[in-house]
Amino acid sequence: MKTVEEIKAAIEAAVPGAGVEVVTNPGPSGQHSLRLDPAHAVAVAKFLRDDGELKLDFLSNVTGVDWPDKEIAEKVKVNRQVTKTVDGVEQTVEETVEETRKRFVPGCLEVIYHLFSMEKKHGPVVLRMRTVNRADQVTLPSFTPVWRSAEFQEREVFDLYGVVFSGHPDLRRILMWDAFEDFPMRKDYVEPNDFEYEPTAHDAVLKRAQEHKAAAAVPTQEGAAH
Amino acid sequence: MAVDEKLKIELGKQGVFVTTLQELYNWGRRSSIWPMNFGLACCAIEMIATTMARYDLARFGAEVFRPSPRQADMMIISGTVTKKMAPQVVRLYNQMGEPRYVIAMGACAISGGPFKQGYNVLKGIDRYIPVDVHIPGCPPRPEALLEAFITLQKKIDGQALTGEGRPRFLDADAPGEFPVPEFGRHDLEPTSNPLVWPEPMKTRE
Repeated sequence: MKTVEEIKAAIEAAVPGAGVEVVTNPGPSGQHSLRLDPAHAVAVAKFLRDDGELKLDFLSNVTGVDWPDKEIAEKVKVNRQVTKTVDGVEQTVEETVEETRKRFVPGCLEVIYHLFSMEKKHGPVVLRMRTVNRADQVTLPSFTPVWRSAEFQEREVFDLYGVVFSGHPDLRRILMWDAFEDFPMRKDYVEPNDFEYEPTAHDAVLKRAQEHKAAAAVPTQEGAAH
Repeated sequence: MAVDEKLKIELGKQGVFVTTLQELYNWGRRSSIWPMNFGLACCAIEMIATTMARYDLARFGAEVFRPSPRQADMMIISGTVTKKMAPQVVRLYNQMGEPRYVIAMGACAISGGPFKQGYNVLKGIDRYIPVDVHIPGCPPRPEALLEAFITLQKKIDGQALTGEGRPRFLDADAPGEFPVPEFGRHDLEPTSNPLVWPEPMKTRE
C-alpha cells in the first residue's frame, strides 16, 4: 500500500486545495494519519473510496477524541533593563530574567476514521478531522453518504462527544436517551452524584467518595437529630 | 390452625393426609413459578443453561418461560441494567400479575457490579422494585441460580397468609404498582424508590 505521504500527494493531485496534513505517530506502530480540512473532506473521502489504486471501500471504525482547553505555562528568558547601584554609581544594566508566560490553547473535538480496502486487502488508512472549538462550532461533514457503515458510529460520536455531523441522514442519540443533555466522553463531563458506599475506594473513586461524604454531611446530621 | 407434626406423621402412616390451607396454598404457589423470558446480559446465558436438561429446572415447576409478563410469576434480572433499560424493567414488573417474585442475578443486577462507578449503569435493580433473592457472582453458575430457586421456595413456604408477614398481594394497603423512573436531563428521575430502597446506612467509617 502507499505510504501516507504518497496518499497525501495523490489526494492533493485529485482534490485541489484539499489541505491534507500528515500527523506522524512516534510510537512503534508508526501508524501515521492524515488530518483533513472539513471543507474538502467529503471530496477527499469519495476520492479515497473510488481511486483505482487505493479502493478504500470499507470504513471500519469511527471514534472521537476530546481535546480540552489548555493553558500552557512556559518559561521564557527575557532581556530587560534594570537600574542597579554598582559601587555607589547608578547604572543601567541589561539582565536576563526567566519569566513564566501563560499561553492559552483552545480545545477541539477530533473525529477519527479507520479505512480498509476489502478489494485490495490493505489498510488501515487513518483520517482525522477537527472541529473549530468545543462549544458552538462543532460541526463536521458526515461520511455516511460515502460509507454507509459510518451511520451508527457517527451517531455514537454525536451521542458521547457532541460532534454534529452535517449531511447525516438520522443524527440522534444512540446509546443515551433523547432527553439526556450531557456528552459523557468529554473530559469535563460531570457524572450524576449517585455515589454509593465502596469498601475499597481508591484513586478517582476515593476522591468521589470523599466529595460525596462532604456533600452528604449536612443531611446526615439532621437525620441523627430526629 | 397448626397441626401437630407428630400427629400428622402418625395419620400419614394410617393413610390419612392432613394439611392446612396455608400449606396447600404455599405448596401450589412455590411449585409452579413461571419465569419471564427475558435476559439482559451475559448472566442470561447461565440462565439459559439452567433451563436445559443438565440442570432440569422443571423440578421447581419453573421450566415454562413465558414471553409475556402477563403470564409470568417471576422475573430473573439476568445481567447489567443500564439506566436506559431500567424504566422498561420496572414497567415489565408492573405488568406482571400477583403473586410475583424477582431474582436479581449476578453482580450487575444486585449492585452495578464492575460498572458500579459508571454513569450509565443502575447500581442495583432493587432501587426500583422489591427483590426477593439476590445472587452474587459474575456470572453466577447455574447451581447458584438453582440455589436462588430453593431460597425463594423456602421463603414462600415460610410465609403466613394472614398477619404481619403476609405476602404483598394479600395486603390491600401494599403498593401494587411501582413508579417507573423518567429519563431526566442528567440521570433517571427519581434515582431510587424510597419505599423499596431506603438509603443504606453506613455503620463503619
